[in-house]
Amino acid sequence: MKAAVIQFPGSNCDFDMYYALQDFGADVQFVTEKSTDLSAYDAVFLPGGFSYGDYLRTGAVARFAPVMTAVQKMAATGKLVVGVCNGFQILTEAGMLPGQLMMNQTPGFICDEVKLTITNRQTAFTNQYIDATTTIKLPIAHGEGRYVADDATVRMLHENGQVVLTYATDVNGSVDQIAGITNRSGNVIGLMPHPERAVETLLGNTDGRPFFESLLATIITKETVEA
Amino acid sequence: MYIAQITVTYKPSILDPQGEVIKDALARLDYQGVTSVTQGKYFEIKLTATDEQSAYEEATSLTEALLINPNTETYRITMLAEVEA
Repeated sequence: MKAAVIQFPGSNCDFDMYYALQDFGADVQFVTEKSTDLSAYDAVFLPGGFSYGDYLRTGAVARFAPVMTAVQKMAATGKLVVGVCNGFQILTEAGMLPGQLMMNQTPGFICDEVKLTITNRQTAFTNQYIDATTTIKLPIAHGEGRYVADDATVRMLHENGQVVLTYATDVNGSVDQIAGITNRSGNVIGLMPHPERAVETLLGNTDGRPFFESLLATIITKETVEA
Repeated sequence: MYIAQITVTYKPSILDPQGEVIKDALARLDYQGVTSVTQGKYFEIKLTATDEQSAYEEATSLTEALLINPNTETYRITMLAEVEA
């Protein structure tokens, strides 16, 4: 898999993502926000952090970075697009995922490891969570992770199986405790938890590993079909 | 030259945790008459437009393009003619 990790000014989980992808044998490269061509990559990752200082609104300025046109193009061709934390916020601002991430209901930044339920195990990003249990633990680190969308949008997300991850408890006031969603065609995902920070036994949590195994399996299956 | 004074606030249906925190603090300071607090954003944007209508239209356009997220925010604009120094 050829993977691109986008570096916006203010991204700070870019190296975590790079490290995790390398651990799964991906041919991974950093790509700056000024890049306009991502056609060489199988998947693109928008990492966590505070792109453009989170000024104005989270993701509001990053949305207009030159690279986002290329990210849109990738998504349109069915390639995988992953937004973690700030990356999720950018994808919603860009209109690539519905809704918006807003200030946590309880004031302040939350840095914790939380229980999550995988609500759809058939997606490109969750198909390798094959254990009987669908409850996992992942780190979160955000001040603006409260998922907000109108009733009709939330209903549509549920009906189409686009809600992929929910918090097991009410962590930040997100509607229906939503922690991660995909787009309608299932190739774009945004999630607030950080699977890239949970890939090392040494660090006490490997619940993020099936996330990467899932998307690798998806790409390999796709390549086999196309070959 | 015109100056657009643009105020952005959350729609009434959207929870504003900052407003709630400020409201609680005001209650602690014994401002008993405070019933609600909304925190918003304020922008002053200078525009080269030569008439107020086109300045207003440009301000509206840029507000909707970047300053607000229409899902959750609303805005109002006041135009000021800038006095030449």
